[in-house]
This record gives sequence, structure tokens and C-alpha cells, in this order.
Amino acid sequence: MAEESRTKIVPAGKLGYSFRRHLRERFIETFLFMSAVLSVAIMLAIIMMLVKESFIFFQHVSIWDFLTDTQWTPLFDDAHYGILPLVSGTVVSSFIALLVALPLGTIIAIYLSEFAPFTVREVAKPFLELLGGVPTVVYGYFALLFVTPLLQAVYPELPGFNLLSAGLVMGIMIIPYVSSMTEDAMRAVPMNLREGSYAMGATRFQTAIRVVMPAAFSGIAAAYILGISRAVGETMVVAIAAGMQPNLTWNPMEPAATITAYIVQVSLGDLPHGSIGYQTIFAAGLTLLLITLVFNIIGHVLRKRYREIY
Amino acid sequence: MQDNSEKKNVSRQFKSEVKNLNFFYGGFNALKNIDMVLHDKKITALIGPSGCGKSTFLRCFNRMHDLYPGNRYDGEIILYPDDVNILASNVDPIEVRMRISMVFQKPNPFPKSIYENVAYGLRVRGIKQRAILDERVEVALRNSALWDEVKDRLHHLAFNLSGGQQQRLCIARALATDPEILLFDEPTSALDPIATASIEELITDLKSKVTILIVTHNMQQAARVSDYTAYMYLGELIEFNVTDTIFIKPKNKQTEDYITGRFG
Repeated sequence: MAEESRTKIVPAGKLGYSFRRHLRERFIETFLFMSAVLSVAIMLAIIMMLVKESFIFFQHVSIWDFLTDTQWTPLFDDAHYGILPLVSGTVVSSFIALLVALPLGTIIAIYLSEFAPFTVREVAKPFLELLGGVPTVVYGYFALLFVTPLLQAVYPELPGFNLLSAGLVMGIMIIPYVSSMTEDAMRAVPMNLREGSYAMGATRFQTAIRVVMPAAFSGIAAAYILGISRAVGETMVVAIAAGMQPNLTWNPMEPAATITAYIVQVSLGDLPHGSIGYQTIFAAGLTLLLITLVFNIIGHVLRKRYREIY
Repeated sequence: MQDNSEKKNVSRQFKSEVKNLNFFYGGFNALKNIDMVLHDKKITALIGPSGCGKSTFLRCFNRMHDLYPGNRYDGEIILYPDDVNILASNVDPIEVRMRISMVFQKPNPFPKSIYENVAYGLRVRGIKQRAILDERVEVALRNSALWDEVKDRLHHLAFNLSGGQQQRLCIARALATDPEILLFDEPTSALDPIATASIEELITDLKSKVTILIVTHNMQQAARVSDYTAYMYLGELIEFNVTDTIFIKPKNKQTEDYITGRFG
């Protein structure tokens, strides 16, 4: 019988080479390859543009000044080009955001993945993801008009623009990214590993912390790195709620500008193209890219080192 | 007085007694009216075709079904010498699992070192003293015939072990907490013949220390290692007897057909 069905598909004496099939395969393969090439090419184009424009900037300003000067006043008569005030604003607001997003995101993920009954998870997940779908400009005004007044009720001396409120709201904004990816990583841990833990008399919490999380480590690291990149690159919330004055400070109760907020400010302004003031945004953008690149590399190394083996 | 001594007698022979056990996955009656005993410090094998409920039955003993919603037990599994029904709703499944350990079909070491894998059951019980942990880990690894192979790399990741070693590690993990019953769910089905032979030898050796219930697909394995054998089919216990009797002179026609390979 097997003999019979085989003869039907490829008749005897007809073994050969299907030119059409191979052409179609080749076409699909080329299409897929081009799609991959496109994204890489765009990335390279962005890097090239940033490097080229930054190069013009660094012909006027030395890298040493750029990295050590404590003032960033490219738009003033007495121009200073020290990136540190922008970096400090970025670091402080991101740090506060991550202080909110990483613990809360992880706790939510543990609950949804290990404790929540099926129905709760099915309802809670879309709502969480909705939180990530709110436009960032809405979060910005939420920070400025709701969270800041709330904080001012506790600390009356808090200025209207401050890093604290921007960071907190940014943290809330990032929670769904962290929780969703962390939960996916934890749920991907095979059931037989969990059962092994339960069979030893472990509780749900012990199983989640001691077995599931270590097993999902690389996925959780990826979620954290994504959260960090989101925080560092976030623009709208800080531009609206943290003020736009570059300010070298580590105090979250002060107003300050981040790298991204500054880029927006200049892009929207009326500086002539090619002026040194205009070129600053490329140097700032390159700095931002390098910061996120460092975190991505850390994430990659962590993933490699603790790759998932079940 | 007399009642008491009778109970003691029972407890000496039996480690556990299953009385009219029914089990339901939602509305599906997966185990039907099972009555059986586990003899103390003996090996009991569960055999039967795929889907006959032998794994489901095994997993009742450590209340594994409690992990998933919609499952329901009906009937009793009495654990001696306590004379307690471990399926009762006032018995915490975690306490049951602390006394009845399990080894799974596929080796499932945790993403931890060899040492921490074996120490896991002790750690979740809150044991922190290094000396106790060290001693228990060594004893468990010796009892699972793994000590000599791993003693120089106790703190290496358990994943680097071979499949057979990983399964012996899982046995060591289960032994470290001094269980009274050890459940094996087809422990060799993912292993090659050499690793299988060493696991079988190990299971036979463990008989002196612990009562064993083993599910197996492999009838030769059941014949080789077990003292008692139960043949199950479609959720029912068809025949339960001394292994030799089951394999040489089964009373039931169905059992005979299965064992002689005419069915299943």
C-alpha cells in the first residue's frame, strides 16, 4: 500500500529536478534575506549619520571638554558643551523609573505566572498591556498635572518641574514591558521543572524564587535590559514634567533636562542647520546610543552566559 | 488493646493502603474504585498500556494533582504508621510531599549546582546548617551511586552531567529528605540501556531503605525489579499480585494477554 501511494506522488521514471519549485524557494529566501538586510542597513545608516554629524561637532569642541565640562549651554553667548548635566538628568530619571518598574514588574510577573488563576491572568494581561499603549505625552501631563501636585502636598518645596515625578511616571509606563517579558520568560520554564520542585515539598513561592526565576534568568535579564533602554531613551515624559534646563544634579527633587529632552528642544527650535548649536544634538544622540549600546551588550553577555538549559 | 496491636501488625506489613480510590480530571473518571496496598520496604510496579491511568495513580500519592484546577480525589490512601488518609482535605499536600518523594520520567535537575540540587529539599524545609547539609548531600549521593563521579565537582552546574547521571542526581535529591515512599514515574524511559541498567540496580538497592512504587512501560523492567505488580487498564486495577505470579501465572485473561504481548 505504501508502495502504491509513493508511485502516485512521484511516478516511476520521473525523478528529476523541479526548476519551478527551486525558483520559488529562491525567491522566498531572497525576500526574507532582504527584509533582514533592511533593518540592519537602517541601523547602520543611523549610526553613520550620528557619527558623521558628531564628527563636525567634535572639530569645534574637544572630546575632553565634552566629557568633563559641567555646563551645557550651547544656546547661550557663553557656550559650554559639557554633556554631564544631560547625563545626570538621564541617569537620575531612569534610576527612579527603574526603581519603580523592575521590582513592580517582577512581582506582577511572578504573580501572573505562578499564582494567578487562569481567569485572572486572562483579564489582567490585556489591561497591563493597555498601560503600555497609552501615548507617552499623556503620561507626561499625568506627571506634570497630577503626580507633581500630589508630591507637592507632601513636599511643598518641590518645584513644578522635577525629575522625581517624571521618573515615577516613567516607571509606571515601563512596568508592562518588564512584567510582560518577565512573565513570558517564566512561563516558558517547562512544567516538569516546577513539578520537580513541588514534589520536594516546596511552596509556590519557593518554587517561583528558587527554581523558576533562575531557570528563566536570561529572559528576565532581557526584560530588564529592555526596561533600562526604554527609561534611558524615553523623551516625552521628561521633556514635559522634568523641565528643560540642563542641570548637573543627582537630586531628584530638582528640575533638569535629559539627553532626549534636549534633543527635542533643539529639534523644535529655530537654530540654523549646520550651526554648532544644531550639531550638538548629534553628539548628544551619539552619547545616548552608546549608553543603550552598553546595556544591550551587557544583556547579550548575560544571556550568553546564563542561556536557558532545561 | 487488641485493636491497637492489630493495627501495628498491619503497619508492619503495609506502608500504605489504597481504599476505593476514584480520581477525576474535571468530569473524566480517570481512576475507578482502586483497592491496593504498598508493602513496606518492597517494590511495587504499575504496568499497563498508555493512558491506563498508572501515572495518574502514582501522582495521587504525593498529591501532585492538587497543582492543577478541576482535579478531584475520592476515596482513601492511608499512610502507615500514621494511619492517616493523605487525600483528606485537612492534610497539607506539602507535608505529604515532604514524606513521599518522586522521581520523574525525564531527568529534571534544577538550574543549580549538583550540591544545591541535592540540598534543595532540605533548604525548602529551612535547614541551613552547613554540617547537616554537607552530610545529607553526601549520604544521598552515595546512596544514589553518584558520589564517586561527582565528589570533585559538587559545585558545578548539574546540567553538565549525562542523562543517566542527571537521573541519579534526581534520585539523590529525592533521597536527601529521607522519604518513606519513593515514587518513580517511568524513570528510565528517557535513558539508554546502560544508564537504565544502573538505575534499575540502584532502585533494587534502595529497597532496604524505602518503600518504592514504580510506573513502567517496560514489562521486563517490572519483572526484574519489582516484588509486587499491578496491571491497570482504562483506569481500573485489573490484577495485583506478587510479581512472579503476575508474570508466570496471571489469574486474569486480560493481564495474560498484555504480558504475553498479544495486546497493548
